[in-house]
Amino acid sequence: MDAALHDGDGGGIVTGTYVPHAAGYVDNGGPTVVTSRFGHEDSFTLERSLATGGYEGLRAALAMAPDDVHGQIREATLLGRGGAGFPAGVKWGFCPEGVWPRYLVVNGDESEPGTYKDRLLMERDPHQLIEGCLIACYALGLTQCFLYVRGEMALAQERVAAALNEAYAAGYVGREVLETQFSVDITLHWGAGAYIVGEETALIESLEGNRGMPRLKPPYFPAAIGLYGQPTIVNNVETLANVPWIMANGAAAYRQMGSEASPGTRMFAISGHVVRPGVYEVEQGITTFRDLFYGEEYCQGIRDGHELKMFIPGGGSAPWFFAEHLDLPLEASEVGAAGSMLGSGAIIVMDETTDAVKACHRMVRFFARESCGKCSPCREGTSWEEKILARILNGHGRPSDIDLLLDVGDNISPGPYPVASHADEGLDAVPFPPRQTTICPLGPSSVAPITSTIRRFRHEFEARITRGDGIPVAAAVPAAEAGS
Amino acid sequence: MSWFDAANERTAREILARYPKPKSAVIPLLHLAQEQEGWVTLDAMTEIAELTGTTAAEVLGTASFYEMFKFHPVGKYVVNVCTNVSCQLLGGEELLNHVESTLGVRAGGTTDDGLFTVEDVECVAACTEAPCFTVNYRYFHRADVDILNEVVADIRAGRSPLERGAAGDGGELPEHGTLGRVRQHVTADRVAGVVAPEQVNGPPSWMPPSTTATEGAS
Repeated sequence: MDAALHDGDGGGIVTGTYVPHAAGYVDNGGPTVVTSRFGHEDSFTLERSLATGGYEGLRAALAMAPDDVHGQIREATLLGRGGAGFPAGVKWGFCPEGVWPRYLVVNGDESEPGTYKDRLLMERDPHQLIEGCLIACYALGLTQCFLYVRGEMALAQERVAAALNEAYAAGYVGREVLETQFSVDITLHWGAGAYIVGEETALIESLEGNRGMPRLKPPYFPAAIGLYGQPTIVNNVETLANVPWIMANGAAAYRQMGSEASPGTRMFAISGHVVRPGVYEVEQGITTFRDLFYGEEYCQGIRDGHELKMFIPGGGSAPWFFAEHLDLPLEASEVGAAGSMLGSGAIIVMDETTDAVKACHRMVRFFARESCGKCSPCREGTSWEEKILARILNGHGRPSDIDLLLDVGDNISPGPYPVASHADEGLDAVPFPPRQTTICPLGPSSVAPITSTIRRFRHEFEARITRGDGIPVAAAVPAAEAGS
Repeated sequence: MSWFDAANERTAREILARYPKPKSAVIPLLHLAQEQEGWVTLDAMTEIAELTGTTAAEVLGTASFYEMFKFHPVGKYVVNVCTNVSCQLLGGEELLNHVESTLGVRAGGTTDDGLFTVEDVECVAACTEAPCFTVNYRYFHRADVDILNEVVADIRAGRSPLERGAAGDGGELPEHGTLGRVRQHVTADRVAGVVAPEQVNGPPSWMPPSTTATEGAS
């Protein structure tokens, strides 16, 4: 490893101490469920996996009845780590009785802005993921598993392919696993660059060889009708990576970590203006945002001499938070009640030097680029949001543009939003979870950065809007003059 | 005669055998075609249609949805600079400007010598290591102009730049089109058996016949 890589100032941030050969991951000394092998340079090999308890969870599962394995996962309250936080044990129970075959699809299409955990889990410990897949397949009678890895993750594909080859050859995957009746094939499948494919029905469309566009709901869960019209369980990489530990140590031990509602640990990627950005495995529920940003064992504070301006608590789709939200625990229900979400465990921290309009535009541009085009409110709306924000940024904004942005957003995700006429009561009126006029939440997600920044930093938008002479138009300009 | 060369033809058959329905192999086969040619040609799509029992139009329909597939020649080395928020905050846009001015092409363009294509891309999942860029989807973390210059110099000199890249990656940097340098390969004696869904009419052998592991939406 080239040490010089991390010695650069990286654009002004101070870098911290990193575990060698696990760039991004920082060991904070807390309990580890999914990152326990990350400290080993050869953590991705079968040899290292077996030497550190690998496939013990599978052996424990195979000694039990499939139903009892499912019962353990249900009892552990393993919450989905892909964004929605739905309990995996409950999702697993949605397969209709008597319909065969059933499939497992692993969502490794990690592309939510700020999210960086599944790539590490696939690159650093592919056997843990494979073991999790095997246990799920055994518990539910799934005869084939498709491991869908994001196309751009070349090293992850390599590591998963090599691990699968090893595991097949050693008898952990394939025909008669560990000389039992349990037989399952795991197929490595790779994507080709489309954020929307992370939506589970779009993922299935993509896996069927089609354009990755979400399917009309209902059915709400592919467990009823999924891949090839068959019952299909779609789980996130991190969710499945937790499964071997639960089977090896028991649901009760798992529930001793984290909180009652959100047991266990979660991986959080904290990026942006902090002293030591990194991917941390954190106990859910009991840790707060303040602990994460300022704790010595975590990010060690906002970069030198600066103050927190805002942060995105759960990936690009989440409404933004501010200093008053710092003491919220990393508990989905509390973050949800405060108007945002923990989503995919992606936290982006911005200090006071950040231009709110620019950051908002960049996030909205993401959604405009990634809209699949199926639903008109999203296809047209995200692109208009991006164009309007771009002209405000470029100095061609009109006084009416701020309300226009909120109005376009309202057509994708119906309000009430903090329009000028009721700015005060509107402050807390951002609806969450968002209502949507679209099949999937991509379009509504594009509205979150807009409402978040306008409700807090409306003056920054107004300061950008000029008559072309560089002098900001006063906020109180009547609408009639708009666009003059 | 197959459009794929002999080795890739075998690989294509192996890929097809891993799916219960052949159309599922469209995307993997498009990657294979891009690996052989560097981009996806019409002839390749016609061949893939034949292999998967679809039409060339359907293959194009699928392929054109995904931004990794290129329908015109691109550079041997595709440099993707992330400018999404985590990287933007720490200089991603400045990095992109530097790449553009160093290589003399704007994002989306290819250098005259056919060596480099530059792209302005969305989040590549290296957010804590911002700003970052990838070359043929291999990561370079906490990048600055010096690292970028070294990587460009390495490639021009025919050296692999991967030692400067993300920890744990190394060796030769394949030309554009090749993703993983390791492929999944299952020997015939280890395959559990991939069958079309309509050929299955009961639970697998390890599931007890009386229960089905489902208890409804409890």
